[in-house]
Amino acid sequence: MLNFIARRILATVPVLAIVAVLVFLLLRLTPGDPAAILAGDAASADQIARIRISLGLDQPIIVQFGIWIGHLVTGDLGESFYYKIQVADLIAQRLEPTLSLATLTILFSVLVSVPLGVIAAWRFGGWFDRALMGFSVMGFSIPVFVLAYILIWIVSLKLGWLPVQGYKRIADGFWPYLQHLILPSITLSVIFIALIARVTRASVLESLGEDYIRTARAKGLRESQVLIRHALANAAVPIVTVIGIGIALLIGGVVVTESVYAIPGLGRLTVDAVLARDFPTIQGVILFFSLVYVGVNLLVDLSYVFLDPRIRY
Amino acid sequence: MTDAKLRGSGPVLDVRGLTIALPSGSDRREAVSGASFSVKRGEILCLVGESGSGKSVIAQAVMGLLPDTLPVTGGEIVLEGENVAHAGRERLRELRATRMSMIFQEPMTALNPVMTCGDQIDEVLREHTQLTPEQRRDRILAIVREVALPEPERIIASYPHQLSGGQRQRIMIAMALVLEPALLIADEPTTALDVTTQAQILTLIQDLQQRHGMGVLFITHDFGVVAEIAHRVAVLRLGKLVELGEKDAVLKRPQHAYTKMLIGAVPSLQTHGRAAEGASEPVLRTVGLCKTYYDRGWFGRRREVHAAQDVSIEIRRGQTLGIVGESGSGKSTVARCIIRLIDPTAGEILLHGQDIARMSAAELRPLRRRVQIVFQDPYRSLNPRRTVLEAIIEGPVNYGVRRDKAIERARQLMDLVRMDPASLNRYPHQFSGGQRQRICIARALAQEPELLIADEAVSALDVSVQAQVLDLLEDIRNRLNLAMLFITHDLRVAAQVCDYVAVMSQGRIVEHGPAGQVFGAPRHEYTRALFAAAPGRDFAFGSA
Repeated sequence: MLNFIARRILATVPVLAIVAVLVFLLLRLTPGDPAAILAGDAASADQIARIRISLGLDQPIIVQFGIWIGHLVTGDLGESFYYKIQVADLIAQRLEPTLSLATLTILFSVLVSVPLGVIAAWRFGGWFDRALMGFSVMGFSIPVFVLAYILIWIVSLKLGWLPVQGYKRIADGFWPYLQHLILPSITLSVIFIALIARVTRASVLESLGEDYIRTARAKGLRESQVLIRHALANAAVPIVTVIGIGIALLIGGVVVTESVYAIPGLGRLTVDAVLARDFPTIQGVILFFSLVYVGVNLLVDLSYVFLDPRIRY
Repeated sequence: MTDAKLRGSGPVLDVRGLTIALPSGSDRREAVSGASFSVKRGEILCLVGESGSGKSVIAQAVMGLLPDTLPVTGGEIVLEGENVAHAGRERLRELRATRMSMIFQEPMTALNPVMTCGDQIDEVLREHTQLTPEQRRDRILAIVREVALPEPERIIASYPHQLSGGQRQRIMIAMALVLEPALLIADEPTTALDVTTQAQILTLIQDLQQRHGMGVLFITHDFGVVAEIAHRVAVLRLGKLVELGEKDAVLKRPQHAYTKMLIGAVPSLQTHGRAAEGASEPVLRTVGLCKTYYDRGWFGRRREVHAAQDVSIEIRRGQTLGIVGESGSGKSTVARCIIRLIDPTAGEILLHGQDIARMSAAELRPLRRRVQIVFQDPYRSLNPRRTVLEAIIEGPVNYGVRRDKAIERARQLMDLVRMDPASLNRYPHQFSGGQRQRICIARALAQEPELLIADEAVSALDVSVQAQVLDLLEDIRNRLNLAMLFITHDLRVAAQVCDYVAVMSQGRIVEHGPAGQVFGAPRHEYTRALFAAAPGRDFAFGSA
């Protein structure tokens, strides 16, 4: 087991290396000059050239890459072109809102979707099952930003229950913090509820057909026990896998949601950095996201050991 | 038990005129039609029937576990004086595990794989009793000891996959009996087990039944098991009870034609005593055949599994060699090596003196058609999307036979396997298990093989169908002068068809010789143990 973890952690090195190279090269290939953007509309060619030299952008790409990688291996992500502070500090500052949003979204999604999926499987083919399947098709189809504006319009503008936009730090009080996160989380959750509920339903449906379910019923257990302790427990591996995939997908969703709700998180930072051609920040954020992705996958794989005693690494 | 005594001396279970409907569009209107029988206290009633006879439906009806698609439409199911045929969900739930319990066929899948065995037994106690955790633990350990499991402490902390099939079935029995029910329903509880394990489980069930004075409704298709365990026997055919009586009466002097047919079809352990002439050249010989599986660890820890070791056999034209053994003995590995579905690790496989053990796929191709195989499960060994005709002619056409010639040959083969050539254009699902196995045989024969391998080819079939297919195989072997390799776990079947027998255990052949000699005077202790475990070995079926 420790062996497995060590090997997996070691395996993240080449993954991150490939991500680093790709991100670096792709950014250099995209049109748009960070120096020109920083200098503003009124700048002269001379000023732009000076900025370019100060950022090190006059060097050949291969040299730029060497410098960046050289810093990277010491843990230094470089300094943001735009914000003029260390990228690592920038990420740290923006982490709280994104982490809060992601955690709340996943928590909400799982708490809603797993019971829904189990009930749908239990009453397979009934009205509840069909309604849930219908909802999930809708959940998959509706774009995040459309849903966001609809929710803002109804809940915030018409009903006035929740703030329209913005973010309050947890240090400023828990209730305002939560109030600002509820709508964005629900918006983001819809697609994950659709996804996780579907997988839960399919997986529980499969385990409900197994012999040990018949055994459990023959033991005179309550139906709730049969469903949770026997059917759901055996259906857990695919469900946890899809939750893991969900966390990875969340990264994409966060970018849009944070923009719509004006939350100063990593998603918003990514958008701003891309618009400003802030290369070190984009590189840093993407590397950070891939690290999170690899970490989540490792955790999911490790969770299998606890979910199914037959799995050993 | 005191509780049971208080409830009077009537039968534990009294089924009267039980009728259960089938969904419309089934092959018959009722799954069970007016079945009446009773199980007395301290009695084992065997409910015997072929697949589709409705015996498992009756068991599930008693437990109240039938799906809504199979409603009880008539009759009564009286459990200790209480009619439970239409009892409410809650009442049935209370009765399960406390007054009636059930054990199932597949101990491999009947236990929850992600829960320890102890927890699974504990669930029964938590659901139906008010015992404290300590009391429950004592009860669990006591019942685990009672079903004769070694190291109870370790066993209850184990997950099902860490136990053998026999141990799992013991856990199932412990779980069923922990609350001392008055009725135990055993639905083919030993069918999936090896013969030696089966013998142990049957003894255990008899033992517990006597000690607790339970009534047991024992469902089986195997007359050997019936002979071993039953007090009384009920024979079920297409949902109707055709015969009911004392064991000796039913097995020795069957009255109904169907019972007579079933009992007549039980293969005898006596060999047929055909002279085994060894004149002709061997078609196939293996010399020191080995198959070893390696489990490669990351840091050089290598585990070796010897699936087959030093197997030397020889099969001649017109002869049948049987390989007999329990699951995991390596008998199927040998078959798969011989047709090169898997590559042997060492040794020679000589087909007419030519070693094919190490031939490349290309070299092997022209030789493949000379050795053909029929597998165990006729439901899964035919492609459901291809017609029978396509299945049969695919091989010959691949080997360059013209399509019209191949179709002509397919029609002849259907005749040979005693099926209607007109059904060639139908799909596999339109046939019964026995018919499908005939199709598989026709498919194998279409390649005009010299050696036919039957890998447990009749094990999934009902006893009457089994007899027909065995007959057919023997007939074909004689008519086409084939060499046949017959792989089976069933000693009775082996006794019927084999000229020579090789007994395998743990990858090795432990005894080898003419069938009459191996069956008549087994020399190896494993062979003797195997025979001793064969259910109903001393029972003279239908001898009247």
